[in-house]
Amino acid sequence: MVTSVPNKVGNYSSTGNGVHKLFFDDITNFLRRCLFRVLSVGPIPTHLAFIMDGNRRYAKKQNLKEGEGHKAGYLALMSLLRYCYELGIKYVTIYAFSIENFKRRPDEVQSLMDLMLEKMEALLLEESIVNQYGIRVCFIGNLRLLSEPVRAAAEKVMKVTSNNSKAMLLVCVAYTASNEIVHAVEGSCKEKEKEFRLCNLNNNVMDDVKEGEKVNGMVVHDIQDFYEDTSVESQGLKQGKGCNGTPYHACESVESNWDQVLTSKASKSGEVSEGFRNLRQEDPVIKLVDIEKHMYMAVAPDPDMLVRSSGESRLSNFLLWQTSNCQLYSPAALWPEIGLSQLAWAILKFQQSHSYLEKKMKQL
Amino acid sequence: MPFSLHFSPTPLITAPSPLSKPFFLVPYYHTLHAPKSPLCSSMEHALTHQGKQEAFDRRPEDSQTLPLGLRRDAMPSHVAVIMDGNRRWARLRDLPVRSGYEAGVESLRKIVEICCKWGIKVLSVFAFSSDNWFRPKVEVEFLMSLFERAMQEDTGIFFRENIRISVIGDLTKLPKALQELMVNLEEATKNNTRFQLIVAVSYSGHYDVVQACQRLALKAKCGLIEPSDINVSLMEQELETNCTEFPHPDLLIRTSGEFRISNFMLWQLAYTELFFAQSLWPDFGEAEFLKALLAFQQRQRRYGV
Repeated sequence: MVTSVPNKVGNYSSTGNGVHKLFFDDITNFLRRCLFRVLSVGPIPTHLAFIMDGNRRYAKKQNLKEGEGHKAGYLALMSLLRYCYELGIKYVTIYAFSIENFKRRPDEVQSLMDLMLEKMEALLLEESIVNQYGIRVCFIGNLRLLSEPVRAAAEKVMKVTSNNSKAMLLVCVAYTASNEIVHAVEGSCKEKEKEFRLCNLNNNVMDDVKEGEKVNGMVVHDIQDFYEDTSVESQGLKQGKGCNGTPYHACESVESNWDQVLTSKASKSGEVSEGFRNLRQEDPVIKLVDIEKHMYMAVAPDPDMLVRSSGESRLSNFLLWQTSNCQLYSPAALWPEIGLSQLAWAILKFQQSHSYLEKKMKQL
Repeated sequence: MPFSLHFSPTPLITAPSPLSKPFFLVPYYHTLHAPKSPLCSSMEHALTHQGKQEAFDRRPEDSQTLPLGLRRDAMPSHVAVIMDGNRRWARLRDLPVRSGYEAGVESLRKIVEICCKWGIKVLSVFAFSSDNWFRPKVEVEFLMSLFERAMQEDTGIFFRENIRISVIGDLTKLPKALQELMVNLEEATKNNTRFQLIVAVSYSGHYDVVQACQRLALKAKCGLIEPSDINVSLMEQELETNCTEFPHPDLLIRTSGEFRISNFMLWQLAYTELFFAQSLWPDFGEAEFLKALLAFQQRQRRYGV
């Protein structure tokens, strides 16, 4: 079996079967470097994301044992990463394991976890790709869903590589975009809740709402008093009384209660709390940046291109937030078959759409 | 058009005063305050005269045969479309850009008709993105007037064909008249059951998630939920696609050969099959739509497993 070991110059010479192989490898390395030089004439994406689809189909196609497809996929990944970092692509994100993948057969899930653990430990070796290219590795996802050994290994790799700064490898494991977005939304809400609690609610006043003014047929009062009157429960909804003593169905519109909470004012003083001054103004309570900073993927810019192997054309809950304006590419090759030609083609497609986008921007 | 419909002089919705609604609640103001007032007399007339009964009794999907190769059991419930290529279509023909948009409206009408015929329940169309506000003012104004005109012209068809119209997006940025028209149309057609057309105007996937987050933050502030309660289900309830029984498109079609989502419905497209058509939107007709549906029916959907 031929093994490839990077030498000082970054070429991959074989410790295998003699001079012929060495010569052949040198030629291919030379040709690859020429190809990369040509591609580098145009813009190179900063961040590529990959959905590594087709490992199981590959194993079936090649009559391999189950699990061998993923091992072949790993080898393809390592080659591709080398090509990407050689080309100067700074960020590479891979979809290694989705939260939905936990629904697969337990033995398949276990063999994938074992493979991941083995490869995470390999990353810590001196001759690994992370040291060769100065790669910082981040594991992106709900890592608490992983078993203890895998989670510990992931954290160790992140810690050991945290000072590397030449390039970044983001491995999405126990990840779905909806889980990421929910996590970010929860984080934003918790943050705003803390800010809100710091405000003094008792003296809230809306400057331009006149005292005693009716809102939706109900007389406005102090927010605190009004809210105590409404008796709206967080879980269920029950009949409560409005501040005029009129019974109403709390469930008619929970939003309308907030509406009245927000537009009501203190009847006594004319003061406006900072919190309500903020709410009253044009700026929304939560902005896009508030959510973005809580995303797992906040450590990297958005991908320029998303490549999904095996010809399937869907996102499968991967980087939904970050790929809003991203170029999509679905080569037909199964993941273990992905190589230099697909990468080169992807770069060319990126360059083609990049120039089209720039033209469009100029037209605007 | 056998007759034209006119909305009553007093809109069904009274526009709120500028300061009575925080910015982040405004996109929902029309659903918050939609009154239960009866429809205006001309609408009542349209519904009874034109045969809401007829539409109710008619079962077009049973009586229509599908084109060869299409399987009824594998039809997508919800198709989403990014209607790209109208301007390019016009430029290729040395026509003004507005001709491209008008041709695009015609194309949409055809696709809506086909969806009704073939039993697709929901069609979402990306009519105007949040990012499109940066286009030239003249173009934006033309688009707004085109939306208004098209909706007014087709109101009769919506009632006759039992079509429900829903509008998603930040409507506060739209001209007042168009806002009121859309809100009224939504309210008036909300009980139509044959087919639902969701028009995304001043919309983006990011905007949808942010506004859902704002609503959840408010609920948390009011003590209705804890932030730790927030899950996929709560998010789904707050996204603007909560107006439909099928919030997740099964198939997304983008025309004009662009391979990107362009900030349309990000959350909802998690497991949607994507189809990228080369033709420009005004040229996207029945043949192209059939191709997309045939391709969809051959896909093996695993929903991430």
